[in-house]
Amino acid sequence: MTADLAALAYLVAAVCFILALKGLSAPGSSRRGNLVGMIGMVIAVAVTIADPSVMSYWWIVAGLVIGGGIGTAIAFNIRMTAMPQLVAAFHSLVGLAAVLVAAAALYSPQAYGIVGADGAIRLDSRIEMILGMAIGAITFSGSVVAFAKLQGLVSGAPMVFRGQHLLNLLIGVVMAAAGVWFAADGNTDAFWIVAALAFLIGVTLIVPIGGADMPVVVSMLNSYSGWAAAGIGFTLENELLIITGALVGSSGAILSYIMCKGMNRSFFNVILGGFGGAGPVDTAAGQRKVNQGSADDAAFILQNARKAIIIPGYGMAVAQAQHALRDLADKLKDNGVEVAYAIHPVAGRMPGHMNVLLAEANIPYDEVFELEEINSQFATADVAFVIGANDVCNPLAKTDPSCPIAGMPVLNAENAAAVMVVKRSLSPGYAGIDNPLFYRDNTMMLFADARKMVEDIVKGL
Amino acid sequence: MEAAVDPLFFRLTIFVLAIFVGYHVVWAVTPALHTPLMSVTNAISSVIIVGALIAAGPAGMDLSGVLGFIAVTLAAINIFGGFAVTQRMLEMFRRKDGARGQDP
Repeated sequence: MTADLAALAYLVAAVCFILALKGLSAPGSSRRGNLVGMIGMVIAVAVTIADPSVMSYWWIVAGLVIGGGIGTAIAFNIRMTAMPQLVAAFHSLVGLAAVLVAAAALYSPQAYGIVGADGAIRLDSRIEMILGMAIGAITFSGSVVAFAKLQGLVSGAPMVFRGQHLLNLLIGVVMAAAGVWFAADGNTDAFWIVAALAFLIGVTLIVPIGGADMPVVVSMLNSYSGWAAAGIGFTLENELLIITGALVGSSGAILSYIMCKGMNRSFFNVILGGFGGAGPVDTAAGQRKVNQGSADDAAFILQNARKAIIIPGYGMAVAQAQHALRDLADKLKDNGVEVAYAIHPVAGRMPGHMNVLLAEANIPYDEVFELEEINSQFATADVAFVIGANDVCNPLAKTDPSCPIAGMPVLNAENAAAVMVVKRSLSPGYAGIDNPLFYRDNTMMLFADARKMVEDIVKGL
Repeated sequence: MEAAVDPLFFRLTIFVLAIFVGYHVVWAVTPALHTPLMSVTNAISSVIIVGALIAAGPAGMDLSGVLGFIAVTLAAINIFGGFAVTQRMLEMFRRKDGARGQDP
């Protein structure tokens, strides 16, 4: 195959990837989009294998079979509640692959045609290589930390220590210096020093960020994996990699922005870490009175309602309560109750996490609404049913300008005639502040595991 | 200007324009599908496999070949896993029987 034909085929593959993302603008077109994306990938791989520089296929076939087998097995067995950590794990693999490809190009530059007249790697290729590799290495180790936090292998609480930002700055400066050294003379030691420091800074950057800020972190790492791919694309002079990297990079950046806006926090406020967890809780909370109810009380109120809005949160995912919730909604609809779901942009541990869980439980997506779409409807609802959510419906965000979540858009659950909150205890949410919603006269607290409580309510209907 | 433009600048042009394409396409994605968006971008960013394939396919195996083989394997996990899990999720977003309206 001539180089021109290969370049054309790469263009077709790039268009396929753009169409794959475009398909996601509506659920109806999304599956076809995904198929088009797969076709693009097949084209990209086939064209590359047909390249004359690829002379032996054994290792390639072995890698594709082993990797393909593992990937497919994971994809079909993963629980939907584990999607955030799976995506984090996948990001780490892209990052590591970028580091390995950069290293392969470092040791065999002639295979990629990036050798200058003097027999060494060209200056521009060296700069692109070290940038792509460093971003890939940060993506790898940062995603490993995010995975460990999401999987519960390490505590989700932010880990902060004195001099943290100074340490990161120091690592960053030394890394940049080693990067300049590599760019100047292509020294392999410099390459590996940059790699080691990039792995290190990936860890020290993510460790201080708390579990509930993971939607931003996962989106950011998504973005990094794209920039790493683009960097490698520049190194290898491959336009398909450049285009794809740019698409993925901007996608992750937009998602990070949406998540930050959903919390009314700046990107840097999230990335610098240390938010939530350790904050002191209002001590008066212990003495304040809450209305505690039983499953039967909840069932009675729910079946006499005309309209109920369900607010799911991370607690629903932890308790795997989405299927029980669907049973509850079905029963209520049989009783003539109108049911809708209100999704806060940062509910759960990754963008769109709640939507996927509800879809898994066969809840029709046209009953599921975003915050802006549904927030005005709480005033006409008889019941707001909060399940495993806390900060996303804390009215303090609207009334107390000094609280950590001040100005964050929240769901107006308190406007409903009655509020029910399924929660294990009165413990504060991620922001570390008390939620006045729990102490209102029209609020009934249902203290239990979310799934068990919902199942008991279904029995009581 | 008689001298030819360095091809690097053509690539830079492509890169910047692709960022704008990504920006517009991704803002159009419905928020309900943000998780599939992450998993599919993850799958397509593994197109980095094209760099790994070149490294893994020399006539004789060397250090780069080994690095390339590992990279092919890692990227393949992502490609197969990413597309498959995206498809699995999107299947859940079908219009449900008994729900309002018909399957289009």
